[in-house]
Amino acid sequence: MIRPWLGIVIIAIVLMILPFFTDALFGRGWVRIIDFAMLYIMLALGLNIVVGYAGLLDLGYIAFFAVGAYCYALLNSPQLGLHLPFWIVLPLGALLACIFGVLLGAPTLRLRGDYLAIVTLGFGEIIRIFLNNLNAPINITNGPQGISMIDPIHIGEISLNKTYEIFGLVFSPVHLHYYLFLGFTLLVIVISLRLQDSRIGRAWVALREDEIAAKAMGISAAKIKLLAFAMGATFGGLAGGLFAGFQGFVSPESFSLTESITVLCMVVLGGMGNIRGVLLGGMLLVALPEALRHGSGPAQQLLFGKTLVDPESLRMLLFGLTLIIVMLWKPAGLWPSNQRKSELTANTGTIARAQQDS
Amino acid sequence: MDTLLQQIINGYVQGSVYAMVALGYTMVYGILGLINFAHGEIVMVGAMVALSVVQLLINSGLPPQLVLLFSLIISVSVCMSLGYSIERIAYRPLRKAPRLAPLITAIGVSIVLQNLAMIIWGREYLAFPPILPNNSHRFFGAIITEVQILIVLVALIMMGGLLLLVHQTRLGCAMRAVAENPTAAILMGVNTNKVIAITFMLGSGLAAVAGLMISARYGIVHYYMGSILGLKAFTAAVLGGIGNMRGAMMGGLLLGLIESLGAGYIGDLSGGFLGSHYQDVFAFFVLISVLIFRPSGLFGGRIAERA
Repeated sequence: MIRPWLGIVIIAIVLMILPFFTDALFGRGWVRIIDFAMLYIMLALGLNIVVGYAGLLDLGYIAFFAVGAYCYALLNSPQLGLHLPFWIVLPLGALLACIFGVLLGAPTLRLRGDYLAIVTLGFGEIIRIFLNNLNAPINITNGPQGISMIDPIHIGEISLNKTYEIFGLVFSPVHLHYYLFLGFTLLVIVISLRLQDSRIGRAWVALREDEIAAKAMGISAAKIKLLAFAMGATFGGLAGGLFAGFQGFVSPESFSLTESITVLCMVVLGGMGNIRGVLLGGMLLVALPEALRHGSGPAQQLLFGKTLVDPESLRMLLFGLTLIIVMLWKPAGLWPSNQRKSELTANTGTIARAQQDS
Repeated sequence: MDTLLQQIINGYVQGSVYAMVALGYTMVYGILGLINFAHGEIVMVGAMVALSVVQLLINSGLPPQLVLLFSLIISVSVCMSLGYSIERIAYRPLRKAPRLAPLITAIGVSIVLQNLAMIIWGREYLAFPPILPNNSHRFFGAIITEVQILIVLVALIMMGGLLLLVHQTRLGCAMRAVAENPTAAILMGVNTNKVIAITFMLGSGLAAVAGLMISARYGIVHYYMGSILGLKAFTAAVLGGIGNMRGAMMGGLLLGLIESLGAGYIGDLSGGFLGSHYQDVFAFFVLISVLIFRPSGLFGGRIAERA
């Protein structure tokens, strides 16, 4: 049985050399993009637990990302004058996000489908508005300006904001963050995989498929749903903390509804409930806008000899078109899970349902 | 007392606009069980088209009423065809798909519309010419402008007409039948595709009127105006019980009043701790509390209960 090991070894080697390869081929900017892609993948995997496994549509997921990021920022910047170590702040941010997840989950357990969606959306907006306005009368979040000069991540003696040289290889900050984020992304993937096949994971799927039947089988719906919210929120908080440390700056602008929707698009486009699909969706939706950003200007030059349309608008236009075309072409996502026949497909008395029934 | 009356008037006017937009959400939801995320952008397109027509005709010597009528007709027809095309391209092929798939195409459509508008009309705030009479009247110490009166009247007429259409005509009967049970409706000889297309067109027409009204009131049009307005109107629709037309109307008016009263008095209520920029928090907070106690909205009907 050498085959599976071979695959893992190859993937590991590719992941290890990826930043150097990208750096040499496309420039350092793309390493940074990969770093962001991993943050988004962590978020998408977290949301996948809530939407993909448990079938609870959450449109305010970015709020947990915000909680984690602001927790890290407040405890590690001149804003409050606190500078706590990374290994304390990061779990604290994840824990705080988890608590927010439970706080949001508890009152909304009775709601289903679209009502849940709008409440989570409202929750996300409330968090953002508070972050925007909690600079008066007491200045906590510094309002729309956000918190800057956040300490870079330190692990032991290593500061991730410095450049190191080992055996002739230059490790710049983006490279160092790459390896840290890679570690956390792998951790989140492993947890997601293990959860999928656990009692809890199967309970989530059971609730998604048929809540009444699941309850009859002795599943405590309230507890299990809360667990889904809490797990998803924890991953969000974790990614948020890493984001704050990486970026060195947080402001409410980064946590808008658009961001929640982007993460949801990653999950749905890739294939809900399937970890490989979510990974694919995350990578695509980060890489695509970037590729369009770099490509849409020169492409116009090439075709028409001048820039007809502002590349930034064109980029988003093509992004929207891609979303539509991919969904029309593969409605269950690019890489759907075999198991998924979501409760979301048929519970609202829609035409879809009636036609499936008949 | 004067401020209270003023806040109520402002809230009622704003609420009328919300109600018109919320109707579009709720009709589509009632029939398809789909959140039409692109609806807010249709309002924006309606406002933009109206603006272009007004700009084109304003110096042509036509009386302003006629200019307004032309812009209304053109923007309503553009939005109706837009609504029809969106349904045809982005939603109809996905009727049997998993329910989140049309949600994603809706998001895609709204991104496309927003950026198309940005390419066509630019990213600046555009001034809407003061084509409507903007004289103000004093009314028990509060100020009410003629535009505000017009908005309330138009909204009332549109909503009344829609209720008549849905409850008194054959078409309305078909719409209710499709919402109730699509399969049975097909068996009774209802052309469901046609009914759904007409529903989208009606909602989009209302959205165009709302877009014109709101830009005439504030005198400003922007490519991003649709998403915020759409979010509020969707909130209003859920507040009233989504899928329920009377609920959407009441929800819209209620949300307008809550926002305006909340923004006016939140400072006093919280002892000066929270200012009027918490207006949106107030609206969402009310929404969440309503849903916790009445999970299917205030006037949640049959469809909501089954969801």
